[in-house]
Amino acid sequence: MSIETAAQAAYIVSALLFILALAGLSRHETAKSGNTFGMAGMAVALVATIALAIDRGITSTGLGLLAAAMVIGALIGLQRARSVEMTGMPELIAMLHSFVGLAAVLVGWNGYLLVEHALNGPEAQLLDAQGTLGIHHAEVFIGVFIGAVTFTGSIVAYLKLSAKISSSPLVLPGKNLINIGALVAFAVLTVWFVISPAMWMLVAVTLIALLLGWHLVASIGGGDMPVVVSMLNSYSGWAAAASGFLLENDLLIIVGALVGSSGAYLSYIMCKAMNRSFISVIAGGFGIEAPSGEDKDYGEHRETNAEGVAELLRNANSVIITPGYGMAVAQAQYGVAELTRKLRDAGVEVRFGIHPVAGRLPGHMNVLLAEAKVPYDIVMEMDEVNDDFSDTSVVLVIGANDTVNPAAAEDPGSPIAGMPVLHVWEAENVIVFKRSMASGYAGVQNPLFFKENSAMLFGDAKDRVEDILRAL
Amino acid sequence: MKIGVLAEAQPGETRVSATPATVGELRKLGYDVVVQAGAGDKSSFSDEAYVAAGAQIGDPLAADVVFGVNAPSPEQLDGLHAGATVVSLLSPALKPELVEDLGRRPITALAMDAVPRISRAQSLDVLSSMANIAGYRAVVESAHAFGRFFTGQVTAAGKVPPAKVLVAGAGVAGLAAIGAAGSMGAIVRATDPRPEVADQVKSLGGEYIAVAAPDVEVSSTGYAKEMSDDYNQRAERMYAEQAKDVDIIITTALIPGKPAPRLITADMVASMKSGSVIVDMAASNGGNVEGTVAGESIVTPNGVTIIGYTDLAGRLAAQSSQLYGTNLVNLMKLMTPGKDGELVLDWDDVVQRAITVVKDGEVTWPPPAVAVSAAPAAAAPAPVVAVKAAAEPMSASRRFLGVGIVGALLFLLAAIAPVALRGHLVVFALAIVIGYYVIGNVHHALHTPLMSVTNAISGIIVVGAILQIGHGDTAITVLAFLAILLASINVFGGFAVTRRMLAMFSRS
Repeated sequence: MSIETAAQAAYIVSALLFILALAGLSRHETAKSGNTFGMAGMAVALVATIALAIDRGITSTGLGLLAAAMVIGALIGLQRARSVEMTGMPELIAMLHSFVGLAAVLVGWNGYLLVEHALNGPEAQLLDAQGTLGIHHAEVFIGVFIGAVTFTGSIVAYLKLSAKISSSPLVLPGKNLINIGALVAFAVLTVWFVISPAMWMLVAVTLIALLLGWHLVASIGGGDMPVVVSMLNSYSGWAAAASGFLLENDLLIIVGALVGSSGAYLSYIMCKAMNRSFISVIAGGFGIEAPSGEDKDYGEHRETNAEGVAELLRNANSVIITPGYGMAVAQAQYGVAELTRKLRDAGVEVRFGIHPVAGRLPGHMNVLLAEAKVPYDIVMEMDEVNDDFSDTSVVLVIGANDTVNPAAAEDPGSPIAGMPVLHVWEAENVIVFKRSMASGYAGVQNPLFFKENSAMLFGDAKDRVEDILRAL
Repeated sequence: MKIGVLAEAQPGETRVSATPATVGELRKLGYDVVVQAGAGDKSSFSDEAYVAAGAQIGDPLAADVVFGVNAPSPEQLDGLHAGATVVSLLSPALKPELVEDLGRRPITALAMDAVPRISRAQSLDVLSSMANIAGYRAVVESAHAFGRFFTGQVTAAGKVPPAKVLVAGAGVAGLAAIGAAGSMGAIVRATDPRPEVADQVKSLGGEYIAVAAPDVEVSSTGYAKEMSDDYNQRAERMYAEQAKDVDIIITTALIPGKPAPRLITADMVASMKSGSVIVDMAASNGGNVEGTVAGESIVTPNGVTIIGYTDLAGRLAAQSSQLYGTNLVNLMKLMTPGKDGELVLDWDDVVQRAITVVKDGEVTWPPPAVAVSAAPAAAAPAPVVAVKAAAEPMSASRRFLGVGIVGALLFLLAAIAPVALRGHLVVFALAIVIGYYVIGNVHHALHTPLMSVTNAISGIIVVGAILQIGHGDTAITVLAFLAILLASINVFGGFAVTRRMLAMFSRS
């Protein structure tokens, strides 16, 4: 048993641990142990790789740099993990995606410098002897491309999520042509590069991919962010897998494929929850087609106040709360949790109805509510509560809009027609917490606000919830 | 066109075929409405209310369409002009002489009680809307005659046991009775020859009592059928046992076009406790109970009250008028496609065909049978299988095609790939499949932790960078250094934040 074979064996163990980690995360009961499996897998992989690096004669400077990089990275990572607000999870996750993308670009460039740049060097000679030199060229190219798209895409997603740039979709003339042109250029350059590798081509493809990633995500509206984030998750996986091919490292391939396919599947779930095809989300520009029949007269909305809502809640048998991104923005989850506790103590049945794409990240609302110590067994999925609205006394819509829009179910001409929504309007009373009468991310007016059984409670969700708590 | 609303000629009828609310609806469809003076008095709708809703008070017989609750009397029919349309309850199956009489006149007659039981026609189904009210009222009548609480109570003056109610027949009326009795606190049992209603009974808080029967009865018309002798014997034993135990029996068993089945014999009535109450909702069709007198409430020698009222729905006159009126409005919506006040009889529509008893003086009763899919258990599978058989091969073939294409692509890729790459491709393909299946059943609530953990895991790219650092070339080392740093942020940050999140999820 040499260090080399031992490392390979460790990689297999590590890959299995990662699979266990993902499997464990499918249920609340096993989620924590799943995370532990993941950490164990990572530890095994790191130890094996460092041993392998030492065995391959890493210089002592290299070892020192390696240690320094890991320590610095670990410190930054742990610090971010400790300090991040749960409402800021989407930004953090987008940021982390961009790191994987950039790392993949760097690894790809290194692969180039190691082999293609020194075609007479020992590495290149070895690959040539195996007849995989051409494959290596392609792998470098593809790896750098996917990595770069992930990198800038995630950066834009981060900027949009943290509201550093406008989240409305960027509309360039002929944006589909731009995307397709970039892909075609990539394909042509790949073939060319495989035949005769040159540095300028790698520079060019890096730039093209960076621009493509930027444009791709910039032209997607903020409302589609749950899809974008999970899509970037998938990309970061494929980037890792591409690096795995490049380095002939099965562990990277396995993990990359795991992450890639899981991210793709998550995106698929999100798209299904919005009744949209994946292509149309990627092609972007959801809000553009919106203004059809926008001049329609929806009638008058009714306004209520905190005391009125408190009165209503006191006399309610059952309450369902449907939060949306607005709750995250207003940081209202603690007030909502407190309200939930009070009502439950008073014998009112309180449940939460979570739309699959509520928030800016898959599962975003669940994390926020968990942070505020709302027990997870009263937090239901859309399908679990949708039939119960008709028996519900009061529904509190807190910062949600498109996910409770009856137009999706009732108006075939609506841009969001057919999107599964929470049927809140079937309840006896609906209270909508909202800052103003502006429309949601989809840019579609919401007839819910004008229904007879709904009333608006204007203002910051956090303040309003606290007002209700005082009035109770 | 004009719609005329009759004052009911039948003595004791309290309902009316239109209310001020439905008059408004009819006018929206383009009709003018003429209401006979005093038509709504017994249902507490005054003539003024009708006028306020836009109706005129006048002679309804002059109208083109005449609404009634019960069949118009011969005198009323004589007053109709040629080509008029009569809409009311006609019971065409039970009253052949009425159908014959109608057929002699140059009119069209629509029977509201002949609406087929298909989902599309539910909004017209008078029998259901009236049965619902009658079922509720039956419970109220029984409670009135019972002289005790329905609900069990423990009071300072002693314990009161809850009343036990048996509902025979879990149709619309039966279900309404189960719900009403249950909400008053009684223990409710229900029986019905159709086993598929067990769930409906349970959903209303009742306990379903099955007659242990080998032959499952499913009717194709949505109503119960007459049962075999063997079944009847076992049912009889069950009723005999229940009669001794329960305080109140409400029977709702009706078979369309036939006399009501006899469920409770005189012996069973005699075995009941004194003070018990039976409400026979089938009294008008002969009664389910031996000794029922239609339209009256009698007390047997052993102190059992048998209520045989035939006007249970009419006892909630305003309510039943409103529901019946709405049924009529829905029929008019169906028959007024232009919303222009012109009645159009569509002979190809099974609903309109089924309710038409006489068309322009020609008897069209009985209509061809309409098969109903309301009986889920045994009747449903046949069509469902047929549909599936048509649909499945398509999706299966599409799936085969998809798998075939992917397989062919993989084959090509693997075939042209050099040997060294082949192992990696296998690993890659298998890992994708594993990823798909592992993620397939992740709970929605855990999507965010899942993403942060996959984030951490994809930091595994650090492995590549570690193997590249420190091999002489400065540029490579610098780039690898950066890559390690970034990936480490991912690895440590990702796992740590996942841990933090998961620690927050707690059960109540």
